[in-house]
Amino acid sequence: MTHEKIILAVITMNGGRVAGGAPIFICQTKEEMEQIAANLEAILDGIAHEVAEGLLIIVKH
Amino acid sequence: MNEYTFPILYGVAAGVLTRLYLLRTDYRQYPTYLHGRTIHIALGAIAAGLGTVAVPAIMEKEFAAITFLALAASQFRDVRNMERNTLNELDQYELVPRGKTYIEGIAIVFEGRNYLVIFVSFLSTLAYLVWNVWAALLASMVGLIVARRFMSGSRLKDIADVQYVKPHFEGAGLYVDNIYIMNIGLPARREEILRYGMGFILTPKNFNARTTIANLGQRQAILHDVSTALGIYRDSGTPALVPLAKRDLNDGRVGIFILPQVEDVEKAKAVIENVPVLESAIRMPGKRRWKRKGGSGDDA
Repeated sequence: MTHEKIILAVITMNGGRVAGGAPIFICQTKEEMEQIAANLEAILDGIAHEVAEGLLIIVKH
Repeated sequence: MNEYTFPILYGVAAGVLTRLYLLRTDYRQYPTYLHGRTIHIALGAIAAGLGTVAVPAIMEKEFAAITFLALAASQFRDVRNMERNTLNELDQYELVPRGKTYIEGIAIVFEGRNYLVIFVSFLSTLAYLVWNVWAALLASMVGLIVARRFMSGSRLKDIADVQYVKPHFEGAGLYVDNIYIMNIGLPARREEILRYGMGFILTPKNFNARTTIANLGQRQAILHDVSTALGIYRDSGTPALVPLAKRDLNDGRVGIFILPQVEDVEKAKAVIENVPVLESAIRMPGKRRWKRKGGSGDDA
C-alpha cells in the first residue's frame, strides 16, 4: 500500500495531546521545537506544518 | 532529371524551411541542442518529401502511391510518442515539473507541425507544376502564414487578468489575497517565503476561462514557465519552498504563489500573461446550447 501523504514525525510541547504511529518528539521550549523540526524537515525531505499552537508535524507530500 | 525534378526539390526545400521556421528555440528551451533539433529537421524533411511527391503521383495517375500518406500519419504519431516519453522522463528531474498536460500539448504540437509541413510542401509543388515557380513562391508564403496562424494559440492574458498581490501569513497559513496556499510550520521558512515569494491573482474573464485556469495542468504550466523564465528559489530537500497555484472556490480566481530568483514583479507578470493556454485545458461550457430548455445560443 502506498501513501500519498504521510506524517513522518510529530514535534510537540504537550506529549499528552498526541499518540499513535509516528515518532513523537517532546520538547520543552518553542525554540527547541523549531530546531528539531528544521532538522527533521531537511533530513526527511518533508514539510513542517503547524497543526495547532505547540504542535508541529512533518509531512511527506 | 525530368520535368518533376525542380518542383520536387522546391517543395522539399519549402517544407524544410517551414519546419525550421516553426522550430524556434525560445524561452521554453525545448528542443535545446543540436541533436534534438536534428531529429526534427530530419523528420521535417521526410514530411516535406511525402507532401511533395504526392503531387506528381496524382498527375501520373499513380493513385496507389497516395496511400503512403497514411504511412506518414503513423510515422508522425510516433513523433508524438517520442516527444511525450522524452519529456516525461526529463520532467522527473525538473525543480518545477512541466506537468503532463503541458507535455501533451508540446507533443501534439510536434506532431501537428509535421502535417503543416506536408501541407506547405504539397501546395508549393502543386503551384509549381500547375503554374510556375512564382506561383509556387506565393503558395509557400500563404502556406507559411497559415502554418504560423496555426502555430500560435492564445495566451493567458486573453482569458484572465493578472494582478500582483504580496503574499502574507495568517498564523501558519500562507495566503495570496484571500486564497489559502499552504501551511508552513517553521518561522525561518516563513521569513524566506515572505522575502522571496510573490503572489499573483488570476481573475478569469468569463465562465469558460474559469474552467480553463482551474485545470491543474494549466496551473502547473504557469508555475513551470515562471520558474524557467525567472529562476526558482528552491532545491531538492527543501519541499516547503514550492510554487503553488490554488483556487478560490467561490469565484474561480486562481492564486499563484511563486519564488522567483529575479525579483521583478513586472517581468513575472509579463511571463504569466504570456503563458500559452494549453489546448488540452481549454473547456467551453459556455458553448453548450441551452435551446432545449428555452434559452438561445451561447451563455458565455
